[in-house]
Amino acid sequence: MKRILVLGVTSAIAQECSRVWAKQGAILYIVARNDERLHVIADDLRVRGAKEVHTRCLDLNILEQHKDLIEKIISTLNRLDIVLVAHGTLPNQSRCEQSVSEALAEINTNAISVISLLTVLANYFESVGAGSIAVVSSVAGDRGRASNYVYGSAKSMVTSFTSGLRQRLYKKNVTVTTIKPGFVDTPMTARFKKNILWAKPSIVAQKIVQAIDQKKSVAYVPFFWAYIMLVIRLLPEKIFRKLYF
Amino acid sequence: MSVPKQRISGWGRSFFEDASVYAPNSELACKELILSEQLLIPRGMGRSYGDSANASVVFQTDFLDNFISFDKDRGILTVEAGVQLREILEIVVANGWFLPVTPGTGYVTVGGAIASDVHGKNHHSAGSFGQYVESIKILLGNGEIVTTSAKQNSDLFYATCGGMGLTGIILSATIRLISIRSSLISQKIIKTKSLEETCEKFDTYIQHNYSVAWIDCLAKGGGLGRGLLILGDHSDEGEFEFSIREPINLRLRPPSALLNRFSMKVFNNLYWYRAANNATNKISIPTFFYPLDLLKDWNTFYGKQGFVQYQFVLPENVGVRNLRAILEKIADSEQASFLAVLKKFGPGNSNLLSFPMAGYTLALDFKMTMLTKDLLLGLDEMILAMGGRIYLAKDSFMTELTFKRTYQNWEQFQIVREKYDALGKFCSNQSIRLGLE
Repeated sequence: MKRILVLGVTSAIAQECSRVWAKQGAILYIVARNDERLHVIADDLRVRGAKEVHTRCLDLNILEQHKDLIEKIISTLNRLDIVLVAHGTLPNQSRCEQSVSEALAEINTNAISVISLLTVLANYFESVGAGSIAVVSSVAGDRGRASNYVYGSAKSMVTSFTSGLRQRLYKKNVTVTTIKPGFVDTPMTARFKKNILWAKPSIVAQKIVQAIDQKKSVAYVPFFWAYIMLVIRLLPEKIFRKLYF
Repeated sequence: MSVPKQRISGWGRSFFEDASVYAPNSELACKELILSEQLLIPRGMGRSYGDSANASVVFQTDFLDNFISFDKDRGILTVEAGVQLREILEIVVANGWFLPVTPGTGYVTVGGAIASDVHGKNHHSAGSFGQYVESIKILLGNGEIVTTSAKQNSDLFYATCGGMGLTGIILSATIRLISIRSSLISQKIIKTKSLEETCEKFDTYIQHNYSVAWIDCLAKGGGLGRGLLILGDHSDEGEFEFSIREPINLRLRPPSALLNRFSMKVFNNLYWYRAANNATNKISIPTFFYPLDLLKDWNTFYGKQGFVQYQFVLPENVGVRNLRAILEKIADSEQASFLAVLKKFGPGNSNLLSFPMAGYTLALDFKMTMLTKDLLLGLDEMILAMGGRIYLAKDSFMTELTFKRTYQNWEQFQIVREKYDALGKFCSNQSIRLGLE
């Protein structure tokens, strides 16, 4: 059975992915910083069919603990087949504009901690010569926009990092999948007005699990975001800078 | 945190509300929401037809959708309120268990099933959903979380089962499942020639687990109320299988004008003549229980104005004769009901606002027009005089007076609500219309 690590399982997308894997009877190791919700999710995954669910309550912002964490997880599970890195926050852009420390804290959560974890994980997978690393980036990382460029720049870093990592690990038979969700209707995005572009986390999760199974490099979920972002990336800067969105 | 307004409606799509919809995902978030809002109503899948889950502030249970525990040996399941019945079946059927009571759709949350004390085709032998609830964890208007069951805070329990979300927010519930030996249903169809025969056949076939009749309420004279009595039993052999099939999305809507009196008459005729008496076959759970779940958003077929569902029950002793009077009144009106479903209920239960009582229940749907309200208010009068009542999960127009005269425990219900801090806190557009503020 597949042995899967999910970092940031309380994110609605990660929880739904975990449910898909639970239904397949996977062995799961889930990590989150909210202890109460972590255990609610673990019980849910058990009832939904997971063969085993291991939990660890931890704030992934504390980079020093990453090496230990991953070692412990690997020794518990004996082997890792898939890792889903999904932890993150949605910063308040206007507060980040006023506070250097808040902007940097958001960069730390959404980019630095991801890079730290991926560095440790990459070396493990490289030594084994098999496995899948999936990282939740965002369409926001494709081009910085006024309304959320702190988040966007952190996700850009994640996108670039995973792109390089994918090349590095390609010959070692390790897949790196960069996941770029569009608008997903989750507690993280509750304050936004929804329209036709918004997708349910359960639908997005099915696509993510599929993309990992198919060893895709980059997965826009839902797929149509690839076209939307293509247009946004192609807009000449002369025009783009005058827009505000 | 504030959220943007969102347009919501009941399943009938005839009553809308621009609501602030909050979807908390933890106990703490739920508590915070209760304490920060003045007035709100819990909402699950929005499958009640009228305005019972409409309010300016809505507590959406989408992210309270975790399974908590499942005892595979005893068939005891604990889930959060937002878990849907179809999700439960996906897990329990494979282990030889089934829902003790299920309504005609799997797209219903456990919270909603309790709040409407839903019934199914087995009401005559099994009663309604609330009778299988072992306990409920509920968040009260003062932010306190209490457990309620037939033994613990029992007044709250009997008010909450069937209480339309007006006593508090159901966070989770423990329910008792029933064991099955196969996921197949043996179905048998009995063709009847008149309303009287249809009603009589419910008694003839009372030993079957499930029974429901489709009836033709457009046929004239003696043929009025002819129909097909559909019987079902859990099969003794076969596999255990249940999978959620994604519904078919018919993007092209047939013009709603096609759903008229004449097309329905033709349909009814074809449907009745086509059917073979005594036909039996073995079918799957979704085919037997949830045929409409196969069509995505079938509620939009009625066009922009939407539709209303109307379900009432008449006491057994006066049932058949009165039923005919009501069907004749509907046949005389210019309104046509596309679906007419008749069922004989067993005895009611002790839940204060529970709908079922021993007798005949008929469910109809009407495309919403200018005439619908008058027709239904007229029917309300007749049903009131006949000692019946109207199902709150489907009601759209009932007056406060009719409600209070047909749900005679309403005062007791209000006393319990007052005791548990629900008055003025948990209100829907329906509850305000019915005088349950």
